Amino acid sequence: MSDPGLESLYREVILDHYKNPRGHGVIEAADAEAEGQNPLCGDEVSIYVAFGEDGETIEDVKFSGRGCAISQAATSMLMEMSKGRTAAEVATLDKDELLAEIGVPLTPVRLKCAMLGLTTLKVALHKAKGTPLPEGLAGFDDLELS
Amino acid sequence: MAVKTPAKLDARALRADFPIFEQEIHGKPLAFLDSAASSQKPRQMLEAMNRFYETSYANVHRGVYELAERATEGLEHARERTRAFLNAPSAREVIFVRNATEALNLVAYAWGLWNLEPGDLVVVTELEHHSNFVPWQFIAGKRGAELRMLQLDDHGELDLSGLDALASEGNVKVVATNLVSNSLGTINPVDRLVAWAHEQGAIFVCDAAQAAPHMKLDVQALGVDFLAISGHKMCGPSGVGALWGKTELLQRMEPFLTGGHMINSVRPDRTTWGELPHKFEAGTAPMAEAVGLGAAIDYLEEVGLDAIEAHEHELAAHALGRLAEVPGITLYGPPADKRAGIVSFNLEGVHPHDVAQILDLQGVAIRAGHHCCQPLMQKLGVAATNRASFYLYTIPEEIDQLVDGLFAVRKVFA
Repeated sequence: MSDPGLESLYREVILDHYKNPRGHGVIEAADAEAEGQNPLCGDEVSIYVAFGEDGETIEDVKFSGRGCAISQAATSMLMEMSKGRTAAEVATLDKDELLAEIGVPLTPVRLKCAMLGLTTLKVALHKAKGTPLPEGLAGFDDLELS
Repeated sequence: MAVKTPAKLDARALRADFPIFEQEIHGKPLAFLDSAASSQKPRQMLEAMNRFYETSYANVHRGVYELAERATEGLEHARERTRAFLNAPSAREVIFVRNATEALNLVAYAWGLWNLEPGDLVVVTELEHHSNFVPWQFIAGKRGAELRMLQLDDHGELDLSGLDALASEGNVKVVATNLVSNSLGTINPVDRLVAWAHEQGAIFVCDAAQAAPHMKLDVQALGVDFLAISGHKMCGPSGVGALWGKTELLQRMEPFLTGGHMINSVRPDRTTWGELPHKFEAGTAPMAEAVGLGAAIDYLEEVGLDAIEAHEHELAAHALGRLAEVPGITLYGPPADKRAGIVSFNLEGVHPHDVAQILDLQGVAIRAGHHCCQPLMQKLGVAATNRASFYLYTIPEEIDQLVDGLFAVRKVFA
């Protein structure tokens, strides 16, 4: 690929996660789950969480849905990052940590794609554990979260 | 005997009127293929707005000084130009609004809210832009009326076979459809739908936002009751659109927005409404924008709407042919002769966002998403599509640039 712009955005690791998503699937009778949409582009993602015996540690986490390479790859990376952490840790996971993992500069529109999975996971944890809602949704507790 | 030569435009020459093309994007010539979302602006229109601001600007209507009179004249001239563009019987029936969305909300609120009842049906289509769908869904729901959707057939055209069955399900009060679909480019059989609507005693509301830039409109020949257009899609500025409605309907309607300018008299206990069109134009009008819309209409008529329509059919045919060369492509919508200059497609295994982003790096601007048509996307069974759309300044080389770009996309995702 000769174009440096292409090289940096669609770097190997992103395409790898997009084509071979980690943790893709559904957990039946999940302990926590939520569905998220990006109204700008119609991307959809559902996230399912199973906790370990302590009821806090994320033992398994999976996602399903459809979307662009950035949203799917970022969610795939998130599955790897969040497994083994507690609900409270993931609820306060800084978005920069995920962005560092993605490792390419994103325009504001694509940033929304990249954050879809993290936002949805935090909503799932909020519904199950009452952990804080993600930035931007905070204060909207009265809203019906799907 | 004089032979009538078919109208033809020179897109390459017209591009010189559009300053936006004087630049490169990511070091490549700009292939702007997103005119259905919003068109680019000709210098003539921009200069008309500037001139208005620099020489004739003041608030309209109530001032008695020279500048206020000039401004009023500018606004009313734009109204007359819009009337002529639509072949409306009277300029009083032309209401300036923000955009087609506001025009359609005006009808939904000022007519629908007062006239719809439980048991009534509002009929829209699967092809509607959210702007002609959500207001009706919302107002019908508020009034206990029901919303029905005309379905698409496999060719991306409306299936009219169910109309009679629909008529037996309730009292059809409103039929609201677009003339040209913004996502598939389908040109809809509005004449047949208008006839059917009127047989049911319903009003017909026509969303012409996507038609007005590309074809000659005639509200009297169409026979519609209301028609909405948006300035920014037709070489005009953003922030102005127009609603045309029949006088007898507009007169019987309550206002949509209330406040300044739309009144006849205001007393502590009662306000009476102004005459048409003022009753529906509360607050300071988008004056300079309306002047810009008038200048855009001048520009389009100078180029010739027939020539624009023919040019777009040619481009659509070229695009459908060239895009079919790309492996893994799915093209949506009707054949070239039944569509305006809009082509929606998907590339196997690549999300439209990724397609559009990679194309951007090649200087190609297309739209990726649901195009404010989520019901249609559900019908097509996709979350989103890519959409390339053309206008009077589009040249075949831009479409070729798009096709080259799609091959580059395939390489990245190979």
